[in-house]
Amino acid sequence: MNQWEVVIGIETHAQLATVSKIFSGASIAFGAEPNTQACAVDLALPGVLPVLNRKAVECAIRFGLAIGAQVAPKSIFARKNYFYPDLPKGYQISQFELPVVQGGAITVQVGSGDKAYEKTVNLTRAHLEEDAGKSLHEDFQGKSGIDLNRAGTPLLEIVTEPDMRSSDEAVAYARALHALVRWIGICDGNMQEGSFRCDANVSVRRPGAPFGTRREIKNLNSFRFLKEAIDFEVQWQINEIEEGRTIQQATVLFDPDTGETRMMRSKEDAHDYRYFPDPDLLPLVISADWVERVRGELPELPAQKRQRFVEQLGLSAYDATTLTASQEIADFYESTVAVAGQLAAKPCANWVMVDLAARLNKDGLDIAQSPVSPQQLGGLVLRIVDNTISNNIAKKVFEALWSGDGATADEIIEKQGLKQITDSGAIESLVDEVLAANAANVAEYRAGKEKAFNALVGQVMKAAKGKANPQQVNELLKKKLAG
Amino acid sequence: MIAKTLKQLSQALAAKEVSSVELSTLFLERIERLNPEINAFVTVDREKTLKMAAEADARIAAGTAGPLTGVPIAQKDIFCAEGWTTTCGSKMLANFVSPYDATVIDKMHRQAGLVSLGKTNMDEFAMGSSNETSYFGPVKNPWDFTRVPGGSSGGSAAAVAARLAPAATGTDTGGSIRQPAALCNLTGLKPTYGVISRYGMIAFASSLDQAGPMAVSAEDCALLLNTMVGFDERDSTSLDRPVENYARLLDQPSAEQPLAGLRIGLPKEFFGEGCDASVMAAVQEAIAEYRRLGASTVEVSLPNSHLSVPAYYVIAPAEASSNLSRFDGVRYGYRAPDYGNLDDMYMKTRAQGFGAEVKRRILIGAYVLSHGYYDAYYLQAQRIRRLIANDFVEAFKSCDVILGPTSPSTAFRLGEKAADPVQMYLSDIYTIAVNLAGLPGMSLPCGFADGLPVGMQLIGNYFDEARLLDVAHRYQLATDWHQRRPVGLD
Repeated sequence: MNQWEVVIGIETHAQLATVSKIFSGASIAFGAEPNTQACAVDLALPGVLPVLNRKAVECAIRFGLAIGAQVAPKSIFARKNYFYPDLPKGYQISQFELPVVQGGAITVQVGSGDKAYEKTVNLTRAHLEEDAGKSLHEDFQGKSGIDLNRAGTPLLEIVTEPDMRSSDEAVAYARALHALVRWIGICDGNMQEGSFRCDANVSVRRPGAPFGTRREIKNLNSFRFLKEAIDFEVQWQINEIEEGRTIQQATVLFDPDTGETRMMRSKEDAHDYRYFPDPDLLPLVISADWVERVRGELPELPAQKRQRFVEQLGLSAYDATTLTASQEIADFYESTVAVAGQLAAKPCANWVMVDLAARLNKDGLDIAQSPVSPQQLGGLVLRIVDNTISNNIAKKVFEALWSGDGATADEIIEKQGLKQITDSGAIESLVDEVLAANAANVAEYRAGKEKAFNALVGQVMKAAKGKANPQQVNELLKKKLAG
Repeated sequence: MIAKTLKQLSQALAAKEVSSVELSTLFLERIERLNPEINAFVTVDREKTLKMAAEADARIAAGTAGPLTGVPIAQKDIFCAEGWTTTCGSKMLANFVSPYDATVIDKMHRQAGLVSLGKTNMDEFAMGSSNETSYFGPVKNPWDFTRVPGGSSGGSAAAVAARLAPAATGTDTGGSIRQPAALCNLTGLKPTYGVISRYGMIAFASSLDQAGPMAVSAEDCALLLNTMVGFDERDSTSLDRPVENYARLLDQPSAEQPLAGLRIGLPKEFFGEGCDASVMAAVQEAIAEYRRLGASTVEVSLPNSHLSVPAYYVIAPAEASSNLSRFDGVRYGYRAPDYGNLDDMYMKTRAQGFGAEVKRRILIGAYVLSHGYYDAYYLQAQRIRRLIANDFVEAFKSCDVILGPTSPSTAFRLGEKAADPVQMYLSDIYTIAVNLAGLPGMSLPCGFADGLPVGMQLIGNYFDEARLLDVAHRYQLATDWHQRRPVGLD
């Protein structure tokens, strides 16, 4: 299978986090009764006109700045003409020849652990457009209903170059983009409600050959579907070619139930959208001042934060990338470090990335829902680094914090008597007891069996109910056994 | 009373010589009597009109009236008016009752206190130059019932010419105010693009459409224009500029040569072939009158004006084909009674709901925007449009206003050009370039040929409406063509 190279480009529709629609004053809140959030403009009554929502433009500028793109000083809204019942005007206002955001790139981490690598995905463009309404095919005695609440909702369509070479890269990009749009506050990222949906353009080729013919998989609204759909499509295309058929350009849909893609329309059926500049809207002019004002309002971006984590906190590149995968993770981590101190940056990173992540995963929670707050976790790490408790005890304390058995690590350590024994006299007497009671192990160790030493450590820790400082136990045991 | 100007009616109302209810009733009675023959109005609603008139009378009594409060006018049926059937001359919207007011309607009625006598007939979706494409039947020219009133604002023109209303609104995409004004002996003004909000005015070609007043005189047009203009945040192409009083120059005392110093440009392209000799004779006589008023004339050139009709018939249909897509039978308006699937519903609804001229322009528009044709037609037409606008910029370097005929002929016979679209399109040959350039233009009466009115066109530089109106007004102080009315209608 190695003789095929996969080529993927992704188009994402991110619903912008504005209060009102892109060309009208109607609300875009999700879940209202059908057609209660559609004003005269959204209904495309005769005579109505669009007026551009400034907030939507600011979202586009934020995005352009966040990916290092060119924010076009002048861009054009165009009409994309086609008939559909949920498209009230008979055209969608979008951008065609001159989009508001041009170029840019997002660097993502693909894979994890040792196999992780960085990948830079270049963006072609991002443009503003309006969403359509929704057709409702049930509950109308065989007729279809139309809900125009969503019509006119502002979208940013974000288009990549065909830079991805596997479904893993595609998913890594989509996740990074998802995190970024939420990070800069332009999209709530709610994939169930359709606020963030991806189309994947997939083709295969022999390495070094020109691009193959692509097929576009529409409307993938989860990362899992994105991966499954691409994997299926790639295999399907390879089979087709290997069986001597050629790929026809087409738009396909992914069926999550069967895990298969199926053709929606071929290139021959493609609409001629008859794009032309919308004469109801002036060119969108964005001044350098406006761009600078928006730049000043941007939060620290993931890439900047990542660099700071490496330079100031001494984290590895991998840790820094993982901890900046989303604003929530980064915030959680930084709040933890704020309590535990900068010197504890690395143990804080481990706790957030490993222990907390595993525990959240087990309960199916995301970090915003963590029962353990960053302040609690920071308090816990503090007690590890000041040797009040060992890492093993810390796990117990963490579990207690998770179940709400105490408000702080200190309270739990106190209440449950988990404080580490560091009094060398106390440890020495425990060591003496163990050596006396385990003559067989002592003999084995002295005969050269290193394993016996670990057994003795275990015995001491057991006698200390896990609370003895492991380092001191080690040192004392070695000294006694040597003596 | 029916012969009075807006200014005189306004004074009579203020002096309580007549109430708005009385005045409105007078015109409603004329409409009732004469409209069955002329067909200028498609919707009259006595109750609504008299309610507005009573409200205006209350404002007058309370001392909160504006200059035109209580004066009745007619509205072209292209403006959405809350609670009024708004048809745009089409079967597609024959039963569409607007739930909202166009900005023009809001400004004129709710703010200025004018009273609406009803909605006037028009070419379907403003596409036509004779008012014959209306779903509600042709309008007859009050000067000769066998002739057209011009279009697309033919109903408004006929209504004012027959004094079924003292004044009316029109809209002008390629000449739709000026040409019917010329053919019905009215004064009509198309302002600079962006001066009057297009919100609520059913779009034909968005980059060309502009509303304006149609009345007996330039002075009436100025007064009406004052109530229509202003920046509107609901129209992105509306211009945010200081409000001006368009009648401000008109009250200045008239000297013997009131237009001394004025340079009138005469484009040589407007005085060549293609214009009826009788029309040209009247225009030449008007030029002579202007010289007597002190103006000088200078020949100018608009070298690309011969390209204006072809460019227009690419750009306007392109925009129209998209603007009219919303009439799909899904949400409002006409829907075919019997259909199979969705596509069938679309096709039957639009096949039955639109008339032939509208369908012709939708087809042309869809064609010129199609993949593979866009560059050759649409983009090329846009380039020509810029050239035409530049021609005017050049011309205005040597003159203050441009003068020529409004229409190459007087009112033609009903049915005469209906079968030949190109002949029909050529009746706007002098007016279209003004829309392509976005300039203000007006038509005013300048004589008669075989008993039919002749109009001349004045074209001004951007935002020069006040001067344009003054130049027309000085002519109207010296002539009485605009005061002549068709006989037998009193």
